[in-house]
Amino acid sequence: MTVTAASGAALDKVIARVRQVLPDDAVISDHARLRTYECDGLAHYRVTPALVVIPEDTTQLAAVVTACAAHHIPFVARGSGTGLSGGALPHKDGVLIVTSRMRAIREVRREDQRAVVEPGVINLDVTRAATPAGYYYAPDPSSQQICSIGGNVAENSGGAHCLKYGFTTNHVLGAEFVTPQGEVVELGGGAPDAPGYDLLGAVVGSEGTLGIVTSATVRLVRLPEEVRTVLVGFESTDQAGAATSAIISAGILPAAIEMMDALAIEAAEEAVRCGYPEGAGAVLVIELDGAAVEVAQEYDEVERLCAENGAFEQRLATDPVDRALIWKGRKSAFAAVGRISPDYIVQDGVIPRTALPEVLRAIADLSGSSGVRVANVFHAGDGNLHPLVLFDESKEGEGEAAERVSGAILDLCIEHGGSITGEHGVGVDKAKYMPRMYNEDDLDTMQMVRCAFDPDNISNPGKVFPTPRLCGEVPGRHKGAHPLQEAGLAEVF
Amino acid sequence: MRDLIDDAARESVTSACEDVRPPGEDDIVDQVVPGLVARPTSTHQVSEVLRAAAAHGLTVVPRGRGTKMTWGMPPRSADVLVDLAAMDQVLDHQAGDLIVETQAGVRLAELQAVVGKEGQRLVLDETVPGASVGGTLATNASGPQRVLVGTARDLLIGITVVRADGVVAKAGGRVVKNVAGYDLGKLMIGSFGTLAVVTEALFRLHPDPPVQRWVWIEVDDPAAVHDAVQSVVHAQVVPAAVEVDQPVDGRATVTVLLGGKAEGVEGRVRTTRQLLGEHAEVAESAPASWSSYPWQPGETGLKLTCVLSGLRDVLRTAREVGASVRGSGGTGVLYAAVADAERAAEAVERLRAVCVRHQGAAVVVDAPREVKQAVDAWGAVPALDLMRRVKDQFDPSHRLAPGRFVGGI
Repeated sequence: MTVTAASGAALDKVIARVRQVLPDDAVISDHARLRTYECDGLAHYRVTPALVVIPEDTTQLAAVVTACAAHHIPFVARGSGTGLSGGALPHKDGVLIVTSRMRAIREVRREDQRAVVEPGVINLDVTRAATPAGYYYAPDPSSQQICSIGGNVAENSGGAHCLKYGFTTNHVLGAEFVTPQGEVVELGGGAPDAPGYDLLGAVVGSEGTLGIVTSATVRLVRLPEEVRTVLVGFESTDQAGAATSAIISAGILPAAIEMMDALAIEAAEEAVRCGYPEGAGAVLVIELDGAAVEVAQEYDEVERLCAENGAFEQRLATDPVDRALIWKGRKSAFAAVGRISPDYIVQDGVIPRTALPEVLRAIADLSGSSGVRVANVFHAGDGNLHPLVLFDESKEGEGEAAERVSGAILDLCIEHGGSITGEHGVGVDKAKYMPRMYNEDDLDTMQMVRCAFDPDNISNPGKVFPTPRLCGEVPGRHKGAHPLQEAGLAEVF
Repeated sequence: MRDLIDDAARESVTSACEDVRPPGEDDIVDQVVPGLVARPTSTHQVSEVLRAAAAHGLTVVPRGRGTKMTWGMPPRSADVLVDLAAMDQVLDHQAGDLIVETQAGVRLAELQAVVGKEGQRLVLDETVPGASVGGTLATNASGPQRVLVGTARDLLIGITVVRADGVVAKAGGRVVKNVAGYDLGKLMIGSFGTLAVVTEALFRLHPDPPVQRWVWIEVDDPAAVHDAVQSVVHAQVVPAAVEVDQPVDGRATVTVLLGGKAEGVEGRVRTTRQLLGEHAEVAESAPASWSSYPWQPGETGLKLTCVLSGLRDVLRTAREVGASVRGSGGTGVLYAAVADAERAAEAVERLRAVCVRHQGAAVVVDAPREVKQAVDAWGAVPALDLMRRVKDQFDPSHRLAPGRFVGGI
């Protein structure tokens, strides 16, 4: 489809308006520069946006959205562009709104255990700002050194420690929010349980399809008194999986339990020399945190349970440097796979934890029968798999074979009652899989929310849902009360 | 006041569900007498009832176990009361995965008994005896233990609802970590049955703590309560609850719940006693008022929220207006009772002012009819227009629990 004359004219009007309210250097329309925004962290989808704007504050951002709404021009919000599902993939006839200049940490209030931050703020910077007060921001995606809070809110990002502490949605209490009409409204608040519908609960994780968050009030969590990180080597993923189940069954809730298989270990070793046990078929990275006495006690139990399930090496991090090295192996695993394969797909699926051994064997079978190598890195505690499907694009047919294996892994997740995405989002990449997980009525009902927020379908269109719902007019009310009466401004007639 | 339903509509609803009967005394919803009471046993039957109601333009009010029917505002109309008490099955408990799937009419206490057999629990307190899962979700009820793991929104992982038009829809799933699609569960929580009828829910569970201890101290005034709460929340004692109980006059009590394995709890009890002061005492069971609201039937009950720095001011104002307060000081979610209906309007106004100043809200949860008519129960609600748009999508003819919610929704 080419840009029609009508949409071109509408875009010109948006550009004219945007130039009135934004500084010159915040509006990019030069083609070469536009191209630098053509993809996010999922680089095989590329679309050059028609315009990029980099607003400095809520007023400017709302003005851009208002202009888009007036002329029916789609817009896409983008934080740091680290997303792995193409959620921030631009629209070719639309405006890409980049939040990288909205980077103020407005408040850190120890007494309230809250921080108020703008969407472009880097995840790790919230923790850095809170640490002097003895607090931190709990959700910790592996990309936390570069990913933004706005992106985290859009994707409901998780991380290794969400096993114990929950996801972004459990840590955002309030937001300043720009609707797809350009209105600025408050959702939630500083205190919990704001009256009315939990619109914030719907917005977090909606992947930018309901509007744009321009500041977030987040919960800060007390830094634990004690943290123990242990690296455990097993001969097989079956053993490591059994140890994971044994730990959870014992009533222990570690901050994190991460697993890597032999291929993932090999890649991490090549890349960052993290010193993982030689010859291991699987490693677990287990982190315990909390009050010192309990952590010590739990550690003894974890050590015993791992040994009982075949652990041949257990290395307790002795200092922060050692702990960082253990985590470095895990957190760099995706990128590290680049060392052992020219191309790879990062998959993100979820299964009930008890199905882990069965699903891992099925993935191994898939790999064996197709000849496609799969490295497994995952959050074992909550059954969130990140199979890395390896291939070489330059070799005929390998890309397609990898795609097939990757899709088959998602089918395995759905068959076992799991999800097609645990933390990377649906975006543009997995919209086609949504009907495998939800039926038409489920998707229709979800899109009723979309119609309430964005009836014109201009906020990040084409993401999450395979086919947009026509919102239409609200049918006449046959038994509804007069609006004045509903608002309590008039009595029953 | 009673709605009249024509014969065709009555016939249609009656054929949609096996158990349909005229209302009795116990079926009155905050003084509104329903036209019919339908008691479905499955999601499918709920769907049939709602389709019949939609076809005849009937209003529908869902009910779990009927323990909070005077909460919120009275419905403008209740042609059909959908009684979910017969949907009383715990469908599936997967202990290894720490999840449970249940029908909405199951009592919270029954659910706890089922998962308790495997040493697990849903960390959602029963705040009114006999409350159902569905009613707890619809009202977003929570108790003391919200400090550590949060509320329904942090525990619900999957939901099945029946829409106003009778369509059955699901969201979420059977796994804790899942970002596929919109989180409809969160929209349903606290929506008072105005968006859809919740028929089934899936929750994440937690292991039972082997040992629990309640450490409590009596203090003189709001400032002392505030300081005690601050000292505990910033310490390293990982409290499961930090409760405040401040009667109309006299001394207030701060109670800290610590749960976990014996040795660890012992150490944290010691630390907590040091923080609270030499008079702090330790109990092995919960105090009598634990996880209950401070109001009696016929009194005005409010939910007060604030950021933690506002606790002192909120408690002071409560003292000044003659309200007793009980609730989660550790999260800034408190409940107040005003016994004297004559003083209710002034109390609501002043408590609302102080809560709003501290980034929270004051909502009238339960009150006599004359108080509900005299005051604005919800206060100013930001983003109300957006909420109306959501309502219009889910229930365009405004037939579900009409009028019970914010802004007359």
